[in-house]
Amino acid sequence: MQVLHILILSLVGVCGTAVVLTRDPRSQVIGLSFFGLVLACMFFVFQAPDVALSQIVIGAVALPLMFMLTMARIRRNIEEQAARKRQQQTKGGKVV
Amino acid sequence: MTLFPYLVAAWLFCIGLYGVVTSRNFIHLVMCLAVVQSSTYVLLLSIGYRTGGLPPVFAGVPVGAPAVDPVVQALMLTDVVVEATVVALLLSLAVQVHKGTGTLNPDHLRELKG
Amino acid sequence: MNPRFRRYFFLISCAAFLGLFVWALHDLPPFGNYRGPYGDILNHVAVYERHVTDVVTAVNFDYRGFDTLGEESILFMSVIGTALLLRPQKKETEAPDEEEKKLQHAMDESERRRAPAASDAVRVLTLALTGPLIVFGWYVITHGQLTPGGGFQGGVILATPPLLVYIAGELETFKRITRQEFVEAVEAAGIFGFVLIGSLGLFARGAFMQNVLPLGETGSILSGGTIPLLNIATGLAVSGGFVQLIYVFLEQTLEVKLRVRKAK
Repeated sequence: MQVLHILILSLVGVCGTAVVLTRDPRSQVIGLSFFGLVLACMFFVFQAPDVALSQIVIGAVALPLMFMLTMARIRRNIEEQAARKRQQQTKGGKVV
Repeated sequence: MTLFPYLVAAWLFCIGLYGVVTSRNFIHLVMCLAVVQSSTYVLLLSIGYRTGGLPPVFAGVPVGAPAVDPVVQALMLTDVVVEATVVALLLSLAVQVHKGTGTLNPDHLRELKG
Repeated sequence: MNPRFRRYFFLISCAAFLGLFVWALHDLPPFGNYRGPYGDILNHVAVYERHVTDVVTAVNFDYRGFDTLGEESILFMSVIGTALLLRPQKKETEAPDEEEKKLQHAMDESERRRAPAASDAVRVLTLALTGPLIVFGWYVITHGQLTPGGGFQGGVILATPPLLVYIAGELETFKRITRQEFVEAVEAAGIFGFVLIGSLGLFARGAFMQNVLPLGETGSILSGGTIPLLNIATGLAVSGGFVQLIYVFLEQTLEVKLRVRKAK
């Protein structure tokens, strides 16, 4: 087994651990994108170019994209609920 | 040292599962699920690898040359794409959960109202 | 089950799992000594039997083509599920009354304050890359049987140009090219095309997904019989599915941005 295999496998293990141990989703997305890229490099070293192509496009682009869109949507929902509550309170204040 | 890839696969599985079990945020949970899925990729590829093998593409390479296993790669190819769609489905569930209950913490969802 | 207890329980089960796993590892062939017969048989036989040079694509779309049909249906149904879950709720689409209008106006104001316009560098780069990406995506799809590539990879690459258009800020163009009828028709054509080509084999020679078209010569694009057609069908289905996924997530943000732009 070559040194390159050992190196890239260790990098994959460390990146996976880093992705899990990052608790804040916004930072974790960047870590996930890097993890996808490192995984694609690993597929390349293991002589699997087909899978590496797939992994680059999906793991480094499409997956973090969906996570960021979800977080934007949830943030918007939070703001909408807060604005609605403020409106309810002012309306209640006027009536009272 | 020859067991190292398999151990990395087991480690990724365990650490991803640990993240799922102790997560306090749905989105963090789904990302840990992606790590668990990647452990299966490492395991499959390690099983199909041949030392000194070429990729199973024979454009300009004679057919008898030693090559790695193509069946495992075919399995993984569709697996990667399906992972993305499963993650999309889970994320839309997370959005609906947040809309309905206002929280993204799996522990707090136990107290469902009505 | 409180979190502390759950963590300890998990650590114990994980230790047990790792122990069993390491015990099972002793029966696996050592890393690098691939023993199994199927990979070797396929490597030696696929180029002659199917006249393709990429054995992985031959396995995906010919030898194990039925599994690919199952995977595509998983993709299809996940896209349907996501679109169903994130559809605009009834109360979001009925005629807004005064308070709803004030709420929308306040949200739009905060959105306009927060979002910067796309810079010139971003616009130039994304719009310049859109054309080459479409060509590259089609290249990867159609050359799947010759070099690493194929329907899945090329399909996902083809799903990114609309996203680049959105990032560049061309919202009306984005809305026009991702019209729901068009994207759904493309995706449905992909899946239906897959099943149709498989049924060709059923009617011509009695086995679903049998490779019945002329095989052509190894190394040219039209080699492999039904494999290039299945590649194109898969590419259409995957790209349609991913564009729809992105659109479903972006839908609400898109409406707000268009409203903000009209108000400006």
